[in-house]
Amino acid sequence: MDNNRMGLPMKLLVSILFLYLLTPVILVFPLSFSDDQTLAFPPSSWSLRWYRAIFGDGRMMDAFITSLGLATVVTLLSIVVALPASYAIVRFPSKVTNALFNLLTAPLLLPTIVLGLGILIVFASLGVMGSFSGLVMAHMTVTLPYALRVLTTFLTGLNLTVEEAAATLGARPMVVFRRITLPAMTPGLIAATALCFLVSFDEVVITLFLAGPRMTTLPVELYHRVEMQPDPLVASVSALIIGLTLAVVLIVDRSLGLNKTFVK
Amino acid sequence: MPAAVQKEKGSASLVAMLLVPIIVVNSIGFILPILNLAQLSFKEALVGGGIGEAFTLSNWAILIEDTFYLEVLWQSVWVSAAITLITLACSYPIALYLHRTSDPIRTVLIVLVISPLLTSAVIRTYGWVALLSDNGVITSLLTSMGLNVPPLMFNTTGVIIGMTEILMPYMILALFAGFGRLDQNVEDAARALGANELRVFTRVVFPLTLPGVVLGCLLVFVLAVSSFITPKLLGGGRVFLLATEIYDQAIVTLNWPLAATLSMLVLIVFGLALALYARALRLVTA
Repeated sequence: MDNNRMGLPMKLLVSILFLYLLTPVILVFPLSFSDDQTLAFPPSSWSLRWYRAIFGDGRMMDAFITSLGLATVVTLLSIVVALPASYAIVRFPSKVTNALFNLLTAPLLLPTIVLGLGILIVFASLGVMGSFSGLVMAHMTVTLPYALRVLTTFLTGLNLTVEEAAATLGARPMVVFRRITLPAMTPGLIAATALCFLVSFDEVVITLFLAGPRMTTLPVELYHRVEMQPDPLVASVSALIIGLTLAVVLIVDRSLGLNKTFVK
Repeated sequence: MPAAVQKEKGSASLVAMLLVPIIVVNSIGFILPILNLAQLSFKEALVGGGIGEAFTLSNWAILIEDTFYLEVLWQSVWVSAAITLITLACSYPIALYLHRTSDPIRTVLIVLVISPLLTSAVIRTYGWVALLSDNGVITSLLTSMGLNVPPLMFNTTGVIIGMTEILMPYMILALFAGFGRLDQNVEDAARALGANELRVFTRVVFPLTLPGVVLGCLLVFVLAVSSFITPKLLGGGRVFLLATEIYDQAIVTLNWPLAATLSMLVLIVFGLALALYARALRLVTA
């Protein structure tokens, strides 16, 4: 389409609005190289001290390791639980499985503040507050709907005939699934894995309700830090988190192409 | 038993087996907590964080009688409405640009719109703290220009500025998706018939994009009402909204029945927003 239709004022306006949208994220990078004791921009001098400070901060390191372990466990369990469910929903469609699909993805529609409170109260009576298993369960409540959505979308697009051919030739259902369906689903599995990992690693509101003084995750620790003393340490940790996110997204993009995965 | 029926039964039990694990997680993490919240809003809060057994309407009565909670509700609704309108104003030009520009540029810009969504709200809010705090970038820039700058953080202004940026990607994507009905030929026809640019926009472009506008507004309003991280950090405990009040009642005051009642109130506001949306959509597509 002709670009002249959009005059200079329009382009200027759009640039300013993009600046507004992107500045808070971009600002994190220069801030992370600050040499100042407190938050100031532009910093009076530059250094890597706040990157070194991460390793000296026991709470931050513990939180990082918890987050990494939590996201890994949550992701693995989510795939193990969502894969059979998506298979059942796509390959045995009925009124019941359709209704179930809506119910199982419903947690995404609920505000996390409400879900977090509800989980807090139930988990307190179950005695799993501030525990790793409690956090795994809570995170899976939000990652499973994503995993289920991605996997069912992908499975729906898969060609049935090869599965049928294998079955006709005498392969048992389990063999068909393991030798035919599962390999064909690899791209969907990669996408679901990445999504679950990012969602769990970034989750903050529900975790804020459940995390205790002994166990906390990186986003929650970061949240408390911004609330109490927003120094450049938050910037250096944030820069690393953004780097990690970017790496995950790039891996997915390299292995399948983002458009194919998320924009179906 | 005929083979077909047997096969049917076999697959039904297979389906059940495949679905049991996810149903268990969903029940413990979603259904049970929400049902529990609903019944808790009708239980009495005892001193010291206990919960009474008897059925009571006292929590709901507090919401109506205590003017503080009415103010919180009112504040939540008008701040969210303000955020929605400002987000719309900031997002519309970007969405229109995305719609009209051609491909290599469009793809790059869409990636730029989506990338903040991949960044934690905590990180983006921290960026706003760096910009809006008393010695922050914007404040010092304006002060050095000799302006008398009012505090931009720990008040409603800060919450609105930050939330608008946080929610812009959702609005832009909703608007962009709805701009499919916008046909260049119709615009050109209006121009050929002598309409000036302003008239083309108000009479042709904007009406055609209204369904997207309404959808984006619903989405952003609902997200604004239930947002917690950004209002809490940029409001600094001085801006009282439903979401921050739920957290304070649950974690600080340990009044779980009242927190549960406020949660139900958020869901009621959601329901009303949805009803309003359905009505507005019927109006604009009629």
